[in-house]
Amino acid sequence: MAIKIYVPRDSSALSLGAHKVAANIQAEAAKRGIEINLIRNGSRGLFWLETMVEVATDKGRVAYGPVMPKDVVSLFDADFISGGAHPLNLGLTAEIEWLKKQERLTFARVGITDPISVEDYVAHDGYKGLKNALAKSGAEIVKEVTDSGLRGRGGAAFPTGIKWNTVLNAPADQKYIVCNADEGDSGTYSDRMIMEGDPLVLVEGMTIAGLAVGATQGYIYLRSEYPDALVTLNEAITNAYQAGYLGDDICGSGKRFHLEVRRAAGAYVCGEETSLLESLEGKRGLVRFKPPLPAIEGLFGKPTVVNNVISLATVPIVLDKGGKFYQDFGMGRSRGTLPIQLAGNIKQCGLVEKAFGVTLRELLYDFGGGSASGKPIRAVQVGGPLGAYLPESQFDTPLDYEKFTEIWAVLGHGGIVAFDDTVDMAKMARYAFEFCAVESCGKCTPCRIGSTRGVEVMDKIIAKDDHAKNISLIRDLSDTMLNGSLCALGGMTPYPVLSAINHFPEDFGLEKGQVA
Amino acid sequence: MSDENLVSIDKHIEAHVNVPGALMPLLHAIQDDIGYVPESSYSKIAKALNLSVAEVHGVVTFYHHFRTHAPGKHILQICRAESCQSMGSEALEAYVKKTLGVDYHQTTADGAITLEPVYCLGNCACSPAASIDDQVCGRVDVARVNEIIAEARGA
Repeated sequence: MAIKIYVPRDSSALSLGAHKVAANIQAEAAKRGIEINLIRNGSRGLFWLETMVEVATDKGRVAYGPVMPKDVVSLFDADFISGGAHPLNLGLTAEIEWLKKQERLTFARVGITDPISVEDYVAHDGYKGLKNALAKSGAEIVKEVTDSGLRGRGGAAFPTGIKWNTVLNAPADQKYIVCNADEGDSGTYSDRMIMEGDPLVLVEGMTIAGLAVGATQGYIYLRSEYPDALVTLNEAITNAYQAGYLGDDICGSGKRFHLEVRRAAGAYVCGEETSLLESLEGKRGLVRFKPPLPAIEGLFGKPTVVNNVISLATVPIVLDKGGKFYQDFGMGRSRGTLPIQLAGNIKQCGLVEKAFGVTLRELLYDFGGGSASGKPIRAVQVGGPLGAYLPESQFDTPLDYEKFTEIWAVLGHGGIVAFDDTVDMAKMARYAFEFCAVESCGKCTPCRIGSTRGVEVMDKIIAKDDHAKNISLIRDLSDTMLNGSLCALGGMTPYPVLSAINHFPEDFGLEKGQVA
Repeated sequence: MSDENLVSIDKHIEAHVNVPGALMPLLHAIQDDIGYVPESSYSKIAKALNLSVAEVHGVVTFYHHFRTHAPGKHILQICRAESCQSMGSEALEAYVKKTLGVDYHQTTADGAITLEPVYCLGNCACSPAASIDDQVCGRVDVARVNEIIAEARGA
């Protein structure tokens, strides 16, 4: 029987040479007359070990990494196809401590299955949630999701079930399910990993959402910076249609759901749901006023569910194992698990799915192994470019939406970017304004003008020009943006800015402890 | 614009005219095909989709991804976002600009490379990141970026 060898097709693995590793394995196997079945899986999320190659053995899957293209010959020499000893041998994948310590619910299959194979998906508990959903009424599905306590994983943390219920109860001839896959936050890549590593779980989640609220058409709005995810998603969707899991008669139920991927075009603001809808309609991505809510008047004026990739990809397990099962993970009002992404200056960057409640310190040091540079971690930005910077004194904060609100920070999409002690926080504050200026849609004045003025004032502060006056001007400007912007782009840019000033005043020419 | 490009634009318009929210997929199809969205195509697009030329212009220019002029043979993007900054992307940017002799949104004199900034490639676990055309590159240092540039110039 052909030996199963796994080489990820995840774009981070590809960025480190996974295609070349795969090609070399094929060539070397052919040369040695060894029959192999090369599967291009998703990434297990241990990126410091990519390209991580796995081999299926009698004892289970054995991992090797980080494998460079040049290592392939020596792997064959060491009989890696039987799990042989080699300096890169990591042992049984299932026994890797970093993975064992996690609670992978949404990511249960990522890195394990062939992402585009419906057969493999079903063999690993896929489509069980849909089967259960097909036996339920829309209201019953919505109740299950509400009971799970699932909140929007895009960042806003709005209860998914409540959003669905609004769409369910909005009468219309046509409703839509829109997946927000415009994952633009720096330090986040969990959506990408799902779409490249287990796209069918997203397809299933969207199908269930369609059944729940009575929507027959879904769109995945995918950022243009993810060309590999586009390919994987489209392959998975084609296969789901062929297997009867999408189309006019889902699994012979007579129910209909169609799905299509639409490409974004590099505008960060289109991650905001109303701007995203404008873009899907073929317009400039200008933020809409709310109300009306998209749940009442969304895409093409019809009731629309807009959910993040991770929210929708979590729905299948909720419908499979029940709302109660999912609800049992987590703390406080943050139920279930969060796929956390370790990024930036961290030694062991990767995907950690844990129940809410894990602390930043555990993530940065137990999982992350400290900084990549070996210097002390000085600041951490959680939740993307609109998230606050946290100092070391706040590293014991548990990951929980409400606990983060208490310290004037956000969890956002679960991205954690670490900086060592060479970081200049005044520069980071300036960058926050600069990013906002580049990406502002221009509809509201605080964001459009405020971001540019913010850059100018930060330049003066950095140049130590009329210092005290300009710090107070930044605070004043931030207050206007916080309270006067139409959406989170302008409204949250003050988070990184003010947190940087408050926690790292010495970088702004202020005395430590001095609040200007 | 060459006759060939005009013909292919007609073909794409025809393929998209009945798609709901057709403009974005149509602009992508045109740019994927010929590398940019020529301003001379706006009136045709507008007429087919029942829009004004101003609306088409507004959409093309709103999105960073779309360009109105032919780029160089290859597009090199350097990530400017926070995660990459934490791993030294600023120095990398400066090096690339100096080596290529261009700033962002410009093309090298030999027409080989157009340099663009990008705000996150989702490769934050392997910062700093860059991409050449559709291929993402991770942990990019000076040696790696030199390789990328050399390959782009050789191809």
